[in-house]
This record gives sequence, structure tokens and C-alpha cells, in this order.
Amino acid sequence: MAFPDRIERTVEIAHPPAKVWAALTTAEGLGTWFGNEATIDLRPGGAARMRWNEEGFTAHMRVERVEEPTVFGFTWHIFGLPEDDPRRTYVEFTLEPAGAGTRLTVTESGFAQLPEDLYRKAYDGNTEGWAKELGELADYLDAA
Amino acid sequence: MPPDVEAIAEQVFVALADPTRRAILATLASAGPATATDLAGRLPITRQAVAKHLALLAEAGLVTAEPGERRRVRYRLHSAPMQVAQQFLAALARDWDGPLGALKDHLDRSAHGPAATPPHETPR
Repeated sequence: MAFPDRIERTVEIAHPPAKVWAALTTAEGLGTWFGNEATIDLRPGGAARMRWNEEGFTAHMRVERVEEPTVFGFTWHIFGLPEDDPRRTYVEFTLEPAGAGTRLTVTESGFAQLPEDLYRKAYDGNTEGWAKELGELADYLDAA
Repeated sequence: MPPDVEAIAEQVFVALADPTRRAILATLASAGPATATDLAGRLPITRQAVAKHLALLAEAGLVTAEPGERRRVRYRLHSAPMQVAQQFLAALARDWDGPLGALKDHLDRSAHGPAATPPHETPR
């Protein structure tokens, strides 16, 4: 596969996991280092929102995994696709203690997903919506 | 059989690599469905050249042919393959290094600020 389905980065941070966890999972933290403004309902299925003022852009996230202070995962819309496109990528932060600090890994996956319906749509000009395929995405996320 | 996303995306990128085909797609996107004759009238190329490019674009699934007035075939932009290509561009355009750097800076700054250092922690 010439194109990546998954992006992964690991950074060493000189602060303990509890502090990194707070920066990743609170509205105050997310709204400071990531976006300009954030809200978050920190539970699986909870909604989160981040706003970038300069770009005039708002991202809507759905919280998927909350295992304090080691795993935080959410899904969000694939940037650049139309608003009504139901495909979402899954972002997961994992925190491991590393000495006095934290080894933080972020993975974002699902860039190369293509539900069967879109394949048909790409070739047949099928203009039907396919929001029902979100169920398949949930299966995909469970298997990931 | 899993759909070959890369093959779909490649056809899109091949189609977009040619300036005339980009011009045809741009015209269909901005002005709506058109016949080969319409397109030849708006672009600096012959009707034959337009027809040749439209055939390639139809093959890639980027335009669909439909009956128009006086039994002329009209071509309409079909965006689904474009959306497949877009998700690959999204992966290439995703920047995590910037936000992770900002996270580090944020934590370093808050560690030095008096309000953000909890009393049970050793100041750095």
C-alpha cells in the first residue's frame, strides 16, 4: 500500500502521565495546546468539540476510549471530505510512564477505509446515502 | 473482495495530472453539466480533443454521460472517486508533529507558572 492508513508518532514528555492526561482530556487543556477553545464530555460515546479561531474551523469528536491515565481515544471527521461523508478516523493517545516523564504515542488510523457502498458509488454513480455504513466503522474500530 | 482504493485514487491523480483534463473538470464543477461541443467552445481545444479526454474521465468514473437536449450527450461531474483520492490527501496532509510540539510547550509553560504547579509535585 503506497498510501498510509495509519499515522503514528511517539514523543517523550518531561511531565508525569497525570499531567499529560489532563492536557489531553480536559476542555482547558485541549483548548490551550490543540485548539483555541474546546468542550468535552469525557466518557465513551461523549461528544467533544474543538475550535480553531484563525481557521474558523470546528472539529466534532466522539470520545471512544477513556482509561485514565493510559488510553484516550476519539473519532473525528476526515479533514477535506464533504461534511455529510460519514467516514471518520480513529485517534488514540497512549501514555506510558518513562522515568519521571511520559512516553506519549498518538496513532490516527482509518485513512484508507472504503466501505463497500462507496466503492459502488464510485463506479455506478449510485447517489444513495450510506450513513448506515457507520455500523461497519464501529466493527472496524472494535477490531482495530 | 476488498475494493482497491489505491487503484481508484491513482486514476484520479492520473486524470488530474493533465492540465486540459483539469480545465474540463473545473468547467463542469463551476458551470454544471455540458456537452463536448459546449466544452470545446469554452476551452482552447478542439471538440475531438475534448471527446478523447472525456472518454478517459468517464473511464476513471469522474464524469458520467447523460442524455441532453436534441439527443446530445451531456457530461456531469461525478465526485465519488474524488472523495476517495481526498482521503489519501488527508493522510498526507495530517500534521501531528505540530500539535505534539505545542503540547510539550504547553506543559513546560504550565509547569513554570505558579497556578499550574500542584503543591504535591516537585517543581522542575
